[in-house]
Amino acid sequence: MPNSYQKDYTPRLSDKGLYNSSFEHDACGVGLVANVKGKKSHQVIEQGLEVLINLGHRGASGADPETGDGAGLIIQLPHDFVVKEFGEQGITVPTEGHYGLGMVFLPTNDQQRARCQQIIESVVAREGHTLLGWRDVPVSPDAIGELSARVMPVIRQFVVADGNDSDDQFSFEQRLFVIRKQIERAVEETDLENKDDFYICSLSTNKVVYKGLNLAHQLEGFYHDLANEDVVTSFALVHSRFSTNTLGSWKLAHPYRFVIHNGEINTVRGNTNWMTARENNFVSDLLGDDIKKLLPITTPGQSDTATLDNALEVLLASGRSLEHSMMMLIPEAWGDHIPMDQAKRDFYEYHSSMMEPWDGPALVIGTDGTKICAVLDRNGLRPCRYLVTTDDLLVMGSETGVLDVPPENVLFKERIYPGRMFLLDTERGEIVRDSELKSAQAARQPYGEWLKENMVHIDDLPKPASIHEPDFGTLVHRQAAFGYSLEDLRMILEPMALTGGEPTGSMGNDSPLAVMSEKSQLLFNYFKQLFAQVSNPPLDAIREELVTSTRSMIGSEQNLFDETAEHCRQLTITEPVLTNEELEKIRGIEVNGIRTKTLSTLFDVESEDTLRQAMDRLCGEASQAIEDGYSILILSDRGVDRDRAPIPSLLAIAGVHHHLIRKGTRTKVGIVVESGEAREVAHFASLISYGAAAVNPYLAFETLADMSRQSDFLTPIDYDDAVKNFIKASHKGVVKIMSKMGISTIASYRGSQQFEAVGLNTDLIDEYFTWTPSRIGGIGLDEIEEEARQRHSFAYLDLVVSGNLNLDQGGYYQWRRDGERHMWNPSTIAVLQRAAKDNNWESYKAFAEFSNSYARNLFTIRGLLEFENAETAIPLDEVEPASEIVKRFATGAISLGSIGREAHETLGIAMNRINARSNTGEGGEDFHRYTLDDNGDSRNSAIKQVASGRFGVTINYLANAFDLQIKMAQGSKPGEGGQLPGHKVDEYIGWVRNSTPGVELISPPPHHDIYSIEDLAQLIHDLKNANPTARINVKLVAEAGVGTIAAGVSKGHGDVVLISGDSGGTGASPDSSIKHAGLPWELGVAETQQVLVENDLRGRIVVQTDGQIKTGRDVAIACLLGAEEFGMATAPLITLGCIMLRKCHLNTCSVGIATQDPELRKRFTGKPEHVINYFFFVAEELRQIMADMGFRTINEMVGRMDRLDGRKAVEHWKAQGLDFSYLLNMPDVSDDVATYCREAQDHGLEKALDNKLIELSADALENGTPVELDLPISNSNRTVGTTLSYNVAKRYGEDALPEDTIQIRFTGSAGQSFAAFLAKGITMYVDGDSNDYFGKGLSGGKVIIKPPAEATFTPEENIIVGNVVLYGATGGKAFIRGIAGERFCVRNSGAEAVVEGVGDHGCEYMTRGNVVILGPTGRNFAAGMSGGEAYVLDEHDKFRDLCNTEMVDLENLAEPEDIATVRRMIEDHLGYTGSSNAQRVLDNWDDMIPKFVKVMPRAFKTIIAERKHREAEAAGISDD
Amino acid sequence: MGKPTGFKELARQGLPQESPSERVQHWAEFYQPWSEQQARDQGARCMNCSVPFCMAGCPLGNIIPDFNDLVYRGKWREALDELHSTNNFPEFTGRICPAPCEASCVLNINDDPVTIEYMERSIVERGWEEGWITPQPPASRTGKSVAVVGSGPAGLAAAMQLNRAGHLVTVFERDEHIGGLLRLGIPDFKLEKHIIQRRVDQMEAEGVIFRTGVHVGKNYPVDQLKSEFDAICLTGGSTISRDLPIPGRELDGIHLAMEYLPQQNRVNQGAEVDASERIVAEGKRVVILGGGDTGSDCLGTAHRQGAEVVYQYELLPEPPVERRANNPWPLWPTILRTSSAQEEGGVRDYNILTKHFSGSNGKVEKLHAVRLEWGAPDKTGRPAMIEIPGSEFEIDCDLVLLALGFVSPERVGMIEDLGVSLDPRGNVQTDANKMTDVPGIFAAGDMSRGQSLVVWALAEGREAARGIDLRLMDKTSLPHSVSTVPSM
Repeated sequence: MPNSYQKDYTPRLSDKGLYNSSFEHDACGVGLVANVKGKKSHQVIEQGLEVLINLGHRGASGADPETGDGAGLIIQLPHDFVVKEFGEQGITVPTEGHYGLGMVFLPTNDQQRARCQQIIESVVAREGHTLLGWRDVPVSPDAIGELSARVMPVIRQFVVADGNDSDDQFSFEQRLFVIRKQIERAVEETDLENKDDFYICSLSTNKVVYKGLNLAHQLEGFYHDLANEDVVTSFALVHSRFSTNTLGSWKLAHPYRFVIHNGEINTVRGNTNWMTARENNFVSDLLGDDIKKLLPITTPGQSDTATLDNALEVLLASGRSLEHSMMMLIPEAWGDHIPMDQAKRDFYEYHSSMMEPWDGPALVIGTDGTKICAVLDRNGLRPCRYLVTTDDLLVMGSETGVLDVPPENVLFKERIYPGRMFLLDTERGEIVRDSELKSAQAARQPYGEWLKENMVHIDDLPKPASIHEPDFGTLVHRQAAFGYSLEDLRMILEPMALTGGEPTGSMGNDSPLAVMSEKSQLLFNYFKQLFAQVSNPPLDAIREELVTSTRSMIGSEQNLFDETAEHCRQLTITEPVLTNEELEKIRGIEVNGIRTKTLSTLFDVESEDTLRQAMDRLCGEASQAIEDGYSILILSDRGVDRDRAPIPSLLAIAGVHHHLIRKGTRTKVGIVVESGEAREVAHFASLISYGAAAVNPYLAFETLADMSRQSDFLTPIDYDDAVKNFIKASHKGVVKIMSKMGISTIASYRGSQQFEAVGLNTDLIDEYFTWTPSRIGGIGLDEIEEEARQRHSFAYLDLVVSGNLNLDQGGYYQWRRDGERHMWNPSTIAVLQRAAKDNNWESYKAFAEFSNSYARNLFTIRGLLEFENAETAIPLDEVEPASEIVKRFATGAISLGSIGREAHETLGIAMNRINARSNTGEGGEDFHRYTLDDNGDSRNSAIKQVASGRFGVTINYLANAFDLQIKMAQGSKPGEGGQLPGHKVDEYIGWVRNSTPGVELISPPPHHDIYSIEDLAQLIHDLKNANPTARINVKLVAEAGVGTIAAGVSKGHGDVVLISGDSGGTGASPDSSIKHAGLPWELGVAETQQVLVENDLRGRIVVQTDGQIKTGRDVAIACLLGAEEFGMATAPLITLGCIMLRKCHLNTCSVGIATQDPELRKRFTGKPEHVINYFFFVAEELRQIMADMGFRTINEMVGRMDRLDGRKAVEHWKAQGLDFSYLLNMPDVSDDVATYCREAQDHGLEKALDNKLIELSADALENGTPVELDLPISNSNRTVGTTLSYNVAKRYGEDALPEDTIQIRFTGSAGQSFAAFLAKGITMYVDGDSNDYFGKGLSGGKVIIKPPAEATFTPEENIIVGNVVLYGATGGKAFIRGIAGERFCVRNSGAEAVVEGVGDHGCEYMTRGNVVILGPTGRNFAAGMSGGEAYVLDEHDKFRDLCNTEMVDLENLAEPEDIATVRRMIEDHLGYTGSSNAQRVLDNWDDMIPKFVKVMPRAFKTIIAERKHREAEAAGISDD
Repeated sequence: MGKPTGFKELARQGLPQESPSERVQHWAEFYQPWSEQQARDQGARCMNCSVPFCMAGCPLGNIIPDFNDLVYRGKWREALDELHSTNNFPEFTGRICPAPCEASCVLNINDDPVTIEYMERSIVERGWEEGWITPQPPASRTGKSVAVVGSGPAGLAAAMQLNRAGHLVTVFERDEHIGGLLRLGIPDFKLEKHIIQRRVDQMEAEGVIFRTGVHVGKNYPVDQLKSEFDAICLTGGSTISRDLPIPGRELDGIHLAMEYLPQQNRVNQGAEVDASERIVAEGKRVVILGGGDTGSDCLGTAHRQGAEVVYQYELLPEPPVERRANNPWPLWPTILRTSSAQEEGGVRDYNILTKHFSGSNGKVEKLHAVRLEWGAPDKTGRPAMIEIPGSEFEIDCDLVLLALGFVSPERVGMIEDLGVSLDPRGNVQTDANKMTDVPGIFAAGDMSRGQSLVVWALAEGREAARGIDLRLMDKTSLPHSVSTVPSM
């Protein structure tokens, strides 16, 4: 049956190649200005616009600098103004509340516009209301960018009078909603050419939206209304958009109708699907049949914010209050380990049976026209600062200082806390506190009682009568039927069962894509996990576990427009991987009308049963079961035998899920998968992400039982513990996978489809995996069936021959002779080593021919692409020389630490000798390498990486770079942090990284200063300031949508974007990530090139790629797809002796490369010459291809997709279905649009305040003479002091300047990244406040901040600096008189700081330094803290509950040495800031000492003790 | 790899063995087993490389990292299963394989390789000891019959595989014993014959029919063979020895190794040999020509027979002690090796070209030779052989043994009668499935590959079995044995 769900909504690749509009992201500056008492004035609009302008640096512009990504505001309906304006046309506007004002974008074509207006009028009439008239909104097109003006619609307003003239404003507002939806649909159904230009900005009785495709500062000049004094409001919600691309249009401008939003809804795909599924159940007394007119609730193909706006709209229309609705959409974390009032917990639990959270980093401010509700996501990943003045002004925004407010008027300064809500009621004229408003909501209904009576918890269900026992007799057949290999047992199940964690591996994936494999592949292997990068952060599920939740509900959902006790008649499970006992409980459930039906997912191999028939049958049975009233379905593949094979479990769940969504019955049931196939975390994640509420991996359990019975485990473990560990590892892994996408609850991960398919055809995707991107076609149901049959036939036929192995020996993770193929195998490794060592071209040629020969070795997409040569080749000597080409080569980011010093320095020397670039990796660098060796060699890595751990990222490190690479993601584990096992952190590595030797180093999954695209732009700006001569290079990993991210990077002024493939190397990564995350670079590079060129952003950015590039042919393909620089890592390591042991994570590299073991390092035999020989071979091979194709230079060749042919059919039964037409779709642009990097980015450094600072500090910089300065500052002065520090580092190196040589006093609100990477010798003071990233990367400098002298508020109760203060500081001091935001001192590795209070996650990941906190802290203090010391003044005895003691001990302040340190720091704080709080503490010192809690990392304590012991021994003093 | 640091902490240790002076006193094998701990320690040295070059080095593709690890874990039975999954007779290769796996072991780059061969031997012997190796008759019979001609390692491997796949297999052997060169060529001190017999017994119990003394093409016409069997597998070996047709060759006391070694093997197995036929080295000055394995077998045999002195001459130069630059790991190292027989004594000499023999009374007394140097490669790529002027010498000898290798299979008789084509070197030509150009007739081992290692014979026999099964049944469950992956 054709249905609209599929036809209309499935995203189709456009003529723009791999680009799809659903990949777009935006991030924005948002703000709110309001009069707390609800007093309306025009001034509020002016102030709102000023806020918008001051947030301008958070917006962006594209190729045309005057065309913005859009800006606008929501204000209250200016009734008097409307009356007057329409009155002038002779239209009598009804009284306030009895009419609606529509603001609409219309096509410029007269006829089409008339048609649209006519539709509006007729719908209004049909609904029984009256359209009173139209008004042209006066605008000035010359106030906006040329590009924007060119596509500008006609903007008009209209007034609809309430035909019923009822007094119920809410009900009329509802009618307007019905009207708007119908108009939208009616226009959509026309064949008007420009119907895309039609858009209703707002249609409401109480608010109106003014917005456009303009920059913030253009808004007022454009809309005359906004300058009109008669336009008054008591609030203005303002929004300025930064889109990742410039395919912008007027209708995409923000704000939408109800919310402004800074952030990203990561689960939007799932939320949209669930909303679609829910729609059919909507019943409303108020709307009656009209409810059908609202459908579909979410408009296809729109952004996450627009979808959220739709959802909020429908909740408001259901009669829920604004705050109630917001609590449903974005609930705070309410897990068991979060202390919370029971009524509130009940509220959340009850509502979780109705709707999954809309999850993702977000500041959302919504309004219903009278109330304004602001909420942060549960994790606080967006900043929101606000202040209230004595004259009732409220200013709220992403930053402080967005509106000039005299300090003496400030009543208080605050921020919104993670998961907390802010409510302004303009009618009541008051701000309602989080606790108050939530208690009120929690008391609306007896939610607790409803839950008690109706909600069923799995633990409360009776023990099942029987549980499946293992059947060892048939085990091996069934294992084989599900594709088990010996590797699964030894490399996956065993480590999971023994350690309770995921198995770790190293080096990249070098096996063929599933669609190119000769081996039967599980369907899971065709799916690649998506992950967050740049536009939103991955979460830290390990250190910030408290906001994650694996709890979810299973069962039938009720009408969203209602709330009754029966709504929560569902089953609660705490975790999604079920034991056999739990599954039987569910199978047998008979409580509160909850009943379970098991559906078999087997098909008969002997009869003519096809997979399609089996799927049709299964879907039919699912529908029947729903009709029969079952609320839980179990899709079970138990019962596999000689005659019956399993439907791939992922196909079964996804197919049923989408079938039921299409039928509109999906929310009637919860689906549980009982499968023998699922056995690793990637499997569980896939099943849940395609709709499974829970998974029972019964065969994995049986296998563990067998292994336990046979004592197969390395260390003995009984079955129960093995299962417990296995489940624990599975949950950890699933939570990790969803957190990579920034999703923190299973409830919202379920059905969210966070995958891209590679190698599956469109028909299959549309039918069973609807909405999943799959961009190169591939196999369909027949081939999937064939693979399932192959496994089955192996299982039941092959085992009869004795002597044969029962299970396949594997070869997926490790090379096995007849197993899965690997690009790195005994032949390729040996011959490449020979080529490099002997400088033997013949050997290299043999290597390259073997690697390049797809006929024998089909591995990759590039293997199937062929060159279209020129008719006549050009002479080889006319091609760019190899010595020039090698300058475009880089080695991969391999940290010192993951590999040994010898190997790391050899790579550096080799690359420097040929003017190519080596990369530090994320481990810092020994500054001695900045000096040349005696023979003239340089060991300095040209590319210095700045990763989330910020190890060793000092101003000196930054100043000595040629490229500064921001590592957003890594191919082997995108969305995850780095990890360096403790045994690889020796004294030297610890010294370079400012960490504790022997302690494992984990870098956080996100950069804590990049939660959004505008944050990335900020870090780019910071780094450019830290080294104006270096290129700023942003490393991304290929996935669907990476092109739009790259566009954002280009717009954020990145100089280079690196698109890494999914197959890149690693020193340690989870096996599931190595295998299942990210995409081949071919797709990423092509998409990047297409989007950048299409948007004319390519000319100002270099595109680099890497990931298993080995040969000149690989480079040529990368170049033709759009890259002009190329990275290689594994191959150079192999030339140095690497033999792909894949033991990097174990420190046991037997050839002395990936190890810190001094004995093993002695075995290293690599030489720079080996690397150089290899790179020249690659360049020579490339030159030959260039000559054949007729290219003289690389630049001519970049992006010439038209010279690649992907049509030549391959004779491979699976790969023959691939279709590269989207991949090779070269953008059709005019000649003046650059297709390779031709110009430098304009970083705008000339505007920096530092230019002035440098000029005024000349004496200090040149002669070391002390200098003192006094200057004003504002929030648009960002990254102040950093370029000054660069100048210090350039001149004075690691030693910098003596303390206080340069002293600068600022007054005002400092912008973001104040004092970033501040060098030693510089001291900066602020009288005022400051934004996020204060003192980031502090490198020995000193920074002091205190409220201005005129301020009347109490400093220690008010926020003064933003989030992520002192992130990655390596040294220096900070004194902060006031409260800091979340993640204070995250990854501090050496700075000393005093502050008077901090938010959540304080001192997270800290490895060195001392911190004194003279006040309250937030939750999760000291998570991941492995070094340094923190002292918290805990006067109210609350700290112990707030501290995460996984890695730290809490002690008393007792050691005289510690007491002296703390006292000295507080005295300094008093001296610098005049803190009365410090004074009070010192005045009562003896009483205060016992109130301090010392936070001491356990590992650090041991190391300190050992060190003291050693020193004592050295001094001849014995302990005893 | 249960112990990541095993290779660092534990040294390579071979099997304990009797000293040379003791072991030359008898004909038996002279290795003792490891203790359990020793075996586990050696297993722990395996690094479980992600790219196990050992496996690539092994013609059979033995899953070496797995069984090393299983031994480390004490899981001997599972180790045996994995070993048997690629190798029907690990007790043969565990004794007489030059172990190319160890040459390509990753530890061999800069350390001592893992003791893979001894590990194999230990696992399979443990299996026999524990009684784990029992007859595995097929669950059902296909009704097809296959003849395997020649009972050397290739024939035995093919027969075992084919029988397990359900075919009725008859092995024809022209000699009186089953085992081919294993039985009659290789001396007892390297491979005691009961080691072969227990396998033959197992195979008989599984249903393989062995017919000795049947010389196909001579006392059993090929037409009969063709009519009685659905498929034929030729595994007759490369049995024509290379001779040395120089003056004096006709003298008494000059014998082919393949006259000398089988005789002693037969004697050891209780056969009576007429004194006039008997070749013994006792009290004699012996010269062995040929520095290979067969030469070493002659050397060990001569010492055990009580030779006065034994010289072993090689035409080629002495290999270097270390790898040459053009012979890097993981290539097979052409380096100086000392066989166990060479440990027991004898004088090795290189670059020697024998010019003629002289003697009296028809008996050899002297060998006349000249020393060589090797010049630049000629057109065929072989270095030019240059006799060094004035380096001529002679040596007194009573017994000369020619261990110069094998030329090809015997053409006359079976091969000609069957009409299968030969390759340019005179071996039976086969396709990828080991089938000759006569449909239904397959060939494997030295007969098709030319003179080679036992481990290759096993691999070929297994591969031929797969090819036969596939032909007879149109599908097969027998695994490939010769590598299926494209190589460079």
